[in-house]
Amino acid sequence: MARALINAPAKAKRGEVIEIKTLISHIMETGFRPDSTGKPVPRDIITEFICKYNGEEIFRAELFPAIAANPFLTFFTVADETGTLNFEWSGDNGFTATQSVNITVE
Amino acid sequence: MTRPAAVLFVIAVLGAAAAAADIPLAQRKSGYEFMTRETRAMQDDDSANPATLSVLDAETLWQRKEGSAGKSCADCHGDARTSMRGVAARYPAFNAARGRPIDLEQRVNICRTEQQRATPLAFESKELLALTAYVGQQSRGMPIDIADDARIRPFLEAGRAMFIDRQGQLNLSCAQCHDDNWGQKLAGAAIPQGHPTGYPLYRLEWQTLGSLQRRLRNCLFGMRAVSYPYGASELVDLELYLMWRARGMPVETPAVRP
Amino acid sequence: MTRDDGKLQRTRRRFLAETAALAGAAGIALPLAVEQTSATPESMRAAIKNIVGEAPLNKGKVKLDVPALIENGNAVPLTVSCESPMTQDDHVKAIHVFTEKNPQPNVIGARLGPRAGRASFSTRIRLADTQKIVAVAQMSDGSFWTDEVEVVVTLAACLEGS
Repeated sequence: MARALINAPAKAKRGEVIEIKTLISHIMETGFRPDSTGKPVPRDIITEFICKYNGEEIFRAELFPAIAANPFLTFFTVADETGTLNFEWSGDNGFTATQSVNITVE
Repeated sequence: MTRPAAVLFVIAVLGAAAAAADIPLAQRKSGYEFMTRETRAMQDDDSANPATLSVLDAETLWQRKEGSAGKSCADCHGDARTSMRGVAARYPAFNAARGRPIDLEQRVNICRTEQQRATPLAFESKELLALTAYVGQQSRGMPIDIADDARIRPFLEAGRAMFIDRQGQLNLSCAQCHDDNWGQKLAGAAIPQGHPTGYPLYRLEWQTLGSLQRRLRNCLFGMRAVSYPYGASELVDLELYLMWRARGMPVETPAVRP
Repeated sequence: MTRDDGKLQRTRRRFLAETAALAGAAGIALPLAVEQTSATPESMRAAIKNIVGEAPLNKGKVKLDVPALIENGNAVPLTVSCESPMTQDDHVKAIHVFTEKNPQPNVIGARLGPRAGRASFSTRIRLADTQKIVAVAQMSDGSFWTDEVEVVVTLAACLEGS
């Protein structure tokens, strides 16, 4: 189970633009790195990241091998209602990870 | 000059020569100061520092019952935030049972084998790195505190000898770069003073967390000198000397370095 | 991919025809299978064309923020931001980032929308060499905007051996 860290405000004012920071542990093996015999180590990366706010998608990213190991991704959203922010990562070799945090909007 | 004054003069000169390599506290600079603004930002923000993920893993490991004794770290040590406070700042520390200093990795494994009756964690394994990062973080901001006492002195001297002796195909000593030429550029990168204030740390070159011993082995390889296996007493002696040399500087664990 | 397939086919055919003509003129034999270990400015242009098609690439509105001097190419902080009111009628739909000398040209493709509030995201990328990075933003009105930066990448002095 990959470890993910979300940094988002627990509370926000209605209409406030908030920053969400995400960090997940993943090797992001590019598929271009040679092993000790000279053969490339097979690619093993996270290919997609989706963030949903109360079930509605607010941010999505397609990731390629050029994204650094332990992908760090920050983005913004408008805090318009109390609820849950859901985060989902998926990638090669059936990789999936999910995380969620609550937000109170007043 | 009177006799006693001459003796004092000679002692002063000898003393000064012996301490010449030691960078005075006021001039000691952490590797942090040689990094770019962006890399520093990665270290300063826990939510951007990949090492934080390992620390989170360790919080879970700390509670996990292990070995035939079925004990967790928490069973003996309780809340790490109180029990481990200041510990990493004092390591490597003298271990009476072994009659020599040991580093934090060895200390964790002594707990594993003797208290938890579990198998030791491999050097550079995710678990050992996570635990030492977690324990290290409890000393973050505290000054490194290695006291020069009679028991550690021979090992400190051995570590210091390793640091100042020329070695390897390049006939280079650690001191030549890190005492005499810190701040200058080597292949485009600034030479730091070499203080291990933030270990284990996330090195961008490794793309993962790594220990001080891993870094020392890299250095020895780069110097084209004979390296030592993980856990070798030579490496622990050198770690001891380096931490003593950095005494007074604040712990930064888990740091980020390029 | 949100592109119209028919249009994409015509674009690809046109690109291949143009490249073949260029190659023929220069006397270069193009390999039929595109198996490459390093991107080229051409493959970056192709990757961009995949997104943009025939539409013009306007300079402006989008800003790429990458340090000019990188001490290690394994984790380079990158921020892309766009001027936009981010309303239902006027917002940034997508931001794509490309490189010209990495083994392959794509870096990231982000999908935004009016709920983003601010058309900006940050991440850390890998850079294989000193090179150019290009960002392309797609607006809700169908227009494309671009920015590019040149960065210098240095490496660590002592090589990993163990």
